[in-house]
Amino acid sequence: MSTTEAATETAPGLRVVQDATCTFCGCVCDDMELTVEGDRITKAKNACVLGKAWFFNHHVEERPEALIDGQPAGYDQAMERAAEILLSARFPLTYGLSDTTTEAQRVALAITDWIGGIVDTTTSVCHGPSGIAFQGVGEVTCSLGEVKNRADYLIFWGGNPAESHPRHFTKYSLMPKGEFVPNGRKDRTAVLIDVRKTKSAKAADHFLQVKPRRDFELAWALRALARGVELDPSIEETTGIPLETLEEIMDGMKKAKFGVILFGMGLTMTRGKHLNSEAVLALARDMNEHTRWSAKPMRGHGNVTGADNVVSWSTGYPFGVHLGSGFPRFNPGEFTASDVLARGEADAALIIASDPMSNFSQPARDHLEGIPSVVLDPKLSDTARTASVAFTTSTYGINTGGTVYRMDDVPIPLRPAFDSPYKSDLEILRGIESRIRQRQLAGSLPGPAVSGA
Amino acid sequence: MAEPFILIPGRTSQQGTTLNEGKYTEGYRVEISTLQVAPEDMQRLELEDGDLVRVYNDVGEFTVPCITARGDELPPGMLFISYGDNSSRLMGGDTQGCGMPDSKGLDVFLETAKASE
Ligand code: SF4
Repeated sequence: MSTTEAATETAPGLRVVQDATCTFCGCVCDDMELTVEGDRITKAKNACVLGKAWFFNHHVEERPEALIDGQPAGYDQAMERAAEILLSARFPLTYGLSDTTTEAQRVALAITDWIGGIVDTTTSVCHGPSGIAFQGVGEVTCSLGEVKNRADYLIFWGGNPAESHPRHFTKYSLMPKGEFVPNGRKDRTAVLIDVRKTKSAKAADHFLQVKPRRDFELAWALRALARGVELDPSIEETTGIPLETLEEIMDGMKKAKFGVILFGMGLTMTRGKHLNSEAVLALARDMNEHTRWSAKPMRGHGNVTGADNVVSWSTGYPFGVHLGSGFPRFNPGEFTASDVLARGEADAALIIASDPMSNFSQPARDHLEGIPSVVLDPKLSDTARTASVAFTTSTYGINTGGTVYRMDDVPIPLRPAFDSPYKSDLEILRGIESRIRQRQLAGSLPGPAVSGA
Repeated sequence: MAEPFILIPGRTSQQGTTLNEGKYTEGYRVEISTLQVAPEDMQRLELEDGDLVRVYNDVGEFTVPCITARGDELPPGMLFISYGDNSSRLMGGDTQGCGMPDSKGLDVFLETAKASE
């Protein structure tokens, strides 16, 4: 979709872009009305506080096109250097990808395939454990449209949507009037399960304050009740929730017409990880003996769901995939970014729109700092600062079009607001890919099938 | 004397908005460098808002100012900090074979850092 199609000129130099898409969080709200003055967005109607901060702070900054070892450089020179670095690596890692378009994700994956590396996305440190759980027990799923139109019982588990996905309640889950819930909030029951009594608790009818690291036990307690197993009251000591409360919740869950569990990183980042997600997914599955229930992970970054989709449809696996043997191999723990860095295995990195230098474990950060890296980011970050080659990029959704996937796997087109002098991730990655291919073909360098680490 | 706590790093809307303003802005830096402590624990440890505390485990440590958590948001024994450089310092490299390091619900020790001021 071009900028102009949905943009109208209201006053000289002032444009309004209708139906623009916010890519700050996994809600991917596509009902933004942006007022654009030159290269600045001055109003973002319908955006939440996070969306406003996203739109108002991505104006064009004065930065060099790229930095090579900290020195300003042009795109061509930087792409040459990036190709050299990636081609000479024996165990390169491609990482990030959750804040870029699906089109760029595809090229990043192709590059990784050509050089026989590992592709991993920020999924591995957010809902990667849920990805593992899907393979174990499956996922009874639904779209956010179904949640909006049908869900009369909602359980938010291990997340704080009021602060992390501010419009989830109002646009998709709790408040909106839907076809089968015509009175909106009044037709829905909401439960929040968390270790902290967050701002989201105010919006819920029931708040269950689970003891830290006891989500697994709580999910299994509910599974037991779903199956009619009698529970010992000592479950309160284990989980922090009295048995009567659990029974009351289960009663409501069974009476619901359409229930949904929306679970966050309180489950995946805490001890138990994929076993926690598995327990919650299995609970939703078990509930279908009684009535209709689904479970969906609450995804964080704007296109992290797109990253899962692209990596899955290309390799058969969602994240942590090794392509160095000429065929995809998936093994979380072995081929996931945090591990290959912390163990000191990766010898070069291509990092797209992510900042592992500020959010990875200390051993992983220590190793990443010492290896050559190619970083693409619209803003300066700790990762860009330590990169061998750091590209300044335009911002997806604000300057460049493309496709992103909402947290419920629905693809949504972007309507950019204004042009940027900087290249997009897609253009830069294509430039690196073509340079890598030229060199491989000219030198008849062996392909990944024989050169794999 | 150091006391055991459970640390929950997480997202806040303030962290999200300041993140967009830039990771090198004062707002972001303050947000990821402020430790929330339950009111009961603040009282028991005789801490006041702004006092420096040292939080550590076997992986690393950070020293930041603390503030009293809002209302009953945090139960006693639990600490909260916005995700960022500080919380990552306490994350070990082991992912128990799943790709995800322990990032929430971390066992940590807290001690007042006032004396070293
Ligand atoms: S909820 Fe998320 S996608 Fe929607 S406007 Fe807010 S930050 Fe943007």
